[in-house]
Amino acid sequence: MAQKTVIEAIREGMDEEMARDPSVFLIGEDVGQRGGVFLASDGLYKKYGEYRVIDSPLAESCVVGVAIGAAVNGMRPIAEIQFADFIAPAMNQIIEEAARFCYRTAGDFNLPMVIRAPWGGGVHGALYHSQSIEATFAHIPGLKVVAPGTPADAKGLLKAAVRDPDPVLFLEHKRTYRLVKGEVPDGDGVVPIGQADIKREGTDLSLIAYGLMLTYCLQVAEKLAADGISAEVLDLRTIKPIDEAAIVATAKKTGKVLVVHEDTRFAGIAAEVMAIIMEHAFDALDAPLMRLTAPDVPAMPFNHVLEEAFMPNVDRILAKAKELAAY
Amino acid sequence: MASVKMPQLGESITEGTISKWLKQPGDQVKKYEGLVEIITDKVNAEVPAPLAGVLKEIKVKEGTTVTVGTEIAVIEESVAAGAPTPTLPRVPGREQEPVAQESAPAIAAPIPEEVKSVPSTESRTRLSPAVRALIEAHHITDAELAGIEGSGVGGRISKKDVEDFVERRAQPVAANGEQRQAAAEARPGPAAPAGETKVPLTPMRRSIASNMLKSKQTIPHAWTVAEVDMSNVVRFRHQVKDSFKQREGVDLTFVPIIVKAVVEGLKAVPALNASWSDDGVVLHKDINVGVAVSVDDGLIVPVVHQADRMSIAGLAKSIDDLARRARATKLTIADVQGATFTVNNPGTFGTILSYSIIAPPQAGILAMDAIVKRPVVVEGDAIAIRSMMNLCLSFDHRVLDGVSAARFLQGVRRWLEGFSEQVPLY
Repeated sequence: MAQKTVIEAIREGMDEEMARDPSVFLIGEDVGQRGGVFLASDGLYKKYGEYRVIDSPLAESCVVGVAIGAAVNGMRPIAEIQFADFIAPAMNQIIEEAARFCYRTAGDFNLPMVIRAPWGGGVHGALYHSQSIEATFAHIPGLKVVAPGTPADAKGLLKAAVRDPDPVLFLEHKRTYRLVKGEVPDGDGVVPIGQADIKREGTDLSLIAYGLMLTYCLQVAEKLAADGISAEVLDLRTIKPIDEAAIVATAKKTGKVLVVHEDTRFAGIAAEVMAIIMEHAFDALDAPLMRLTAPDVPAMPFNHVLEEAFMPNVDRILAKAKELAAY
Repeated sequence: MASVKMPQLGESITEGTISKWLKQPGDQVKKYEGLVEIITDKVNAEVPAPLAGVLKEIKVKEGTTVTVGTEIAVIEESVAAGAPTPTLPRVPGREQEPVAQESAPAIAAPIPEEVKSVPSTESRTRLSPAVRALIEAHHITDAELAGIEGSGVGGRISKKDVEDFVERRAQPVAANGEQRQAAAEARPGPAAPAGETKVPLTPMRRSIASNMLKSKQTIPHAWTVAEVDMSNVVRFRHQVKDSFKQREGVDLTFVPIIVKAVVEGLKAVPALNASWSDDGVVLHKDINVGVAVSVDDGLIVPVVHQADRMSIAGLAKSIDDLARRARATKLTIADVQGATFTVNNPGTFGTILSYSIIAPPQAGILAMDAIVKRPVVVEGDAIAIRSMMNLCLSFDHRVLDGVSAARFLQGVRRWLEGFSEQVPLY
């Protein structure tokens, strides 16, 4: 095992999958000679050549459209959307074609493709470089949505996504790329899609999060422990299909749940998690379900103070968790 | 009927003591009229009536301490005064002695229906599904439920409260009863022998006792003393005190000057302006100095907040104001909270070496002892008469070591000994 950053884990994951399976290739804006704007594919162009690491035109509908065509024909494409914010031009391809292809062909065709997209804020990226898109796409049946928060999960889930027979939207939180470091197991270390993970055991309340908010929640749990409050931290890892059993189990265990995400509030993932708990763990609840999210404003502000106000941070999560603990 | 609950009179305050009922059952009360005096953390606060009506019942006796959210009185609203609200028949022991009600066979006596339902369900907050499930699983009766004290927001019974109750219930009845009694009311000690009197404990006495006990049981105190030549300070103060009084209206005592020196010392040794916690020492940003003030029935420590931002004159005014209000029992909760260090002045009473007890969660307390003229050896091996004072520091040895403590005292001493007309008063 070695300590790695999230970006290193993702680069390694792509490298190993491309080495393992010649049908795996990468396409996206600047992924080739430049190695990707975040250097996720740094070195891969040199190693695998221009036919397997393809610099696309600046047209997301093309990136995804090419990937769909290739996948139908037996390839396993990894399509990179430079920033999740830029995915809108490809939505028609993703929703109308990719998500429904298997259904439309009555199972005759699968689309084994991965769409990688750096998402999330906290990097002064403002309107066009900070968005959270998970709730929008998780609503679409036929798509899988993955949002790892640690290097090991990023690599393991990327491998699972590449090998999955269906389209997977693979969300990489750009703030975690170099911020979050952790042990990454040697060898394959595949992490199955659809399994949440308890990142910290606790008994008094549960914090449910994913992406960057996972890191924040773990810091909050540490602070709560100093106050004698034992918090469990559940990392969703996969947003869809969501791990209902793990969510219900932690809710039953602690009876108090706070869901945290940096996506906006209305019809966000927290709402879905809370609904699952209400359906399956009502009798175990000892407090109203709580959520801490970004407010329903159009986009992440650029101004530092406003960005801080928009995104949940450790202080606000801690305050909310204490409110829940005291209930 | 509206219930009056023990209010939360400040952050981190979990309980309060009924000091005095200003109204008696049957009295008319106006909205916002003073209803009861409550003591928390050594401060008196008058709690106003939340609505107009007639005080029907006092649920908590004077001198009793209850947790925030506990029902302390019932007021009948004046709108409903004419309505035929039945006077609740008193059930023996229900209000004062919930313990007796549970363990004694007297519980078998039939309880009138309205008594059973009105106070026990309507005034209680709702039970969560988890709590309901536990109640069912452990066959907890309504009477038992009424005896469970809620630790949640507004006295809500939480899952943990019920789990704790179930655990307590499993213990033998005698131990159980005794435990509860101790919680509700301090256990009476042996009666005073003939010729001796037993002075009842005031809430302040109790509070001092529990704080001091907690401090000595949890903080490993270390103690160190520095001898300070106060001659310069004494001379300077003598020169300016009359004009200062005339100008500012308050006396320039030694206390604000010492507090200023302490602030300088704490700036030099931030490790002393700190609190111990199990996962790290918390260094405080502000320097808030508690100044012990002796009052009629004990001691109170109001706090000069952000003392590091004040001049000597500012400190003098602030301390004078706090001491005045302390003696008039007019301090607010904020006035006594948030101290990061304490200065104690037993020297006024002539002491020369004082071992003070730290007020948790602070890491230190400095006692200024009496300034006395003594012959001392000065530069050039001459003997001179100087005004000497001992500064005695008690510190939490978990937080810092003797070297840092000594460095702090050294800083304070140097500042005081180097005092001159050049040191700004403002």
